[in-house]
Amino acid sequence: MKHENEAVIRFPSLSSNEAFARSVTAAFAAQMDPTLEELGDLKTAVSEAVTNAIVHAYPDRIGPVVLRLRRLAGNVLEITVKDTGVGIPDVAQARQPMFTTGGAERSGMGLTIMESFMNSLTLRSQPGRGTTVRMRKKLIGRGETACKP
Amino acid sequence: MNFTSLLQEKRLTILLSGDIDHHAAKEIMESVSAKIRVYLPQICELDFSGVTFMDSSGIALVIHALRGMNQLGGTLRLTNVPPQPRKVLLASGIQKLVPLNQERSPA
Ligand SMILES: Nc1ncnc2c1ncn2[C@@H]1O[C@H](COP(=O)(O)OP(=O)(O)OP(=O)(O)O)[C@@H](O)[C@H]1O
Ligand SMILES: [Mg+2]
Repeated sequence: MKHENEAVIRFPSLSSNEAFARSVTAAFAAQMDPTLEELGDLKTAVSEAVTNAIVHAYPDRIGPVVLRLRRLAGNVLEITVKDTGVGIPDVAQARQPMFTTGGAERSGMGLTIMESFMNSLTLRSQPGRGTTVRMRKKLIGRGETACKP
Repeated sequence: MNFTSLLQEKRLTILLSGDIDHHAAKEIMESVSAKIRVYLPQICELDFSGVTFMDSSGIALVIHALRGMNQLGGTLRLTNVPPQPRKVLLASGIQKLVPLNQERSPA
């Protein structure tokens, strides 16, 4: 799919970067004229993905996280979050609601929320090499301007 | 994150504020649990009116508070939940365990 605009940001897996990732995503999405609810959905999804990289991918070290935002034709926003951490042995199992390896501080709902707040989600992972989650959402937006480049 | 709380007739109200994400959740969770242990309320009300954002870290927080209140034989209530946190809570199905009240219940 041809993309119309793109931003790539790389940051270390510090929990303070969760809020940063949400702000950057909201700022990038602003050009697509999203509704308040759409903006909330995007911030929630990116927060879940980045938190997973911070919490699960690098359980006892700080590692790199790459956030890529792309505006695709048809006012579709694509969010990709990539880490080079521990990886997921069974991605189908990881996507099950309430499945978690995170203990009492996690609820196992992150991937379920990403799936339901976005239109599509692909999860690719290789144990020992890392994980990439890619999500897309078509923004209906607030008005006519949403269709213009 | 500030935690204003008031205790009235065994009803503990905790005002949550700011972003409830993984970065903030641990501190909030510990503070809420400590307040429940200290005040031993019959009703604990988490007031979300000041919450600007919440992700799944908030679900774990609510489950944690629910456990604390169940141990006391008390009730947990969630009040004044703005649209974004509400949508996250509904996606988790937690409203089957804790009703999401629209308004702050009368004292
Ligand atoms: N980037 C990642 N690297 C390694 N493991 C991951 C990654 N993302 C998810 N996982 C695995 O998938 C499981 C499910 O993830 P999900 O986000 O659905 O729930 P959670 O993070 O455990 O809890 P919550 O998101 O509700 O706080 C995690 O517990 C973890 O085992
Ligand atoms: Mg998660």
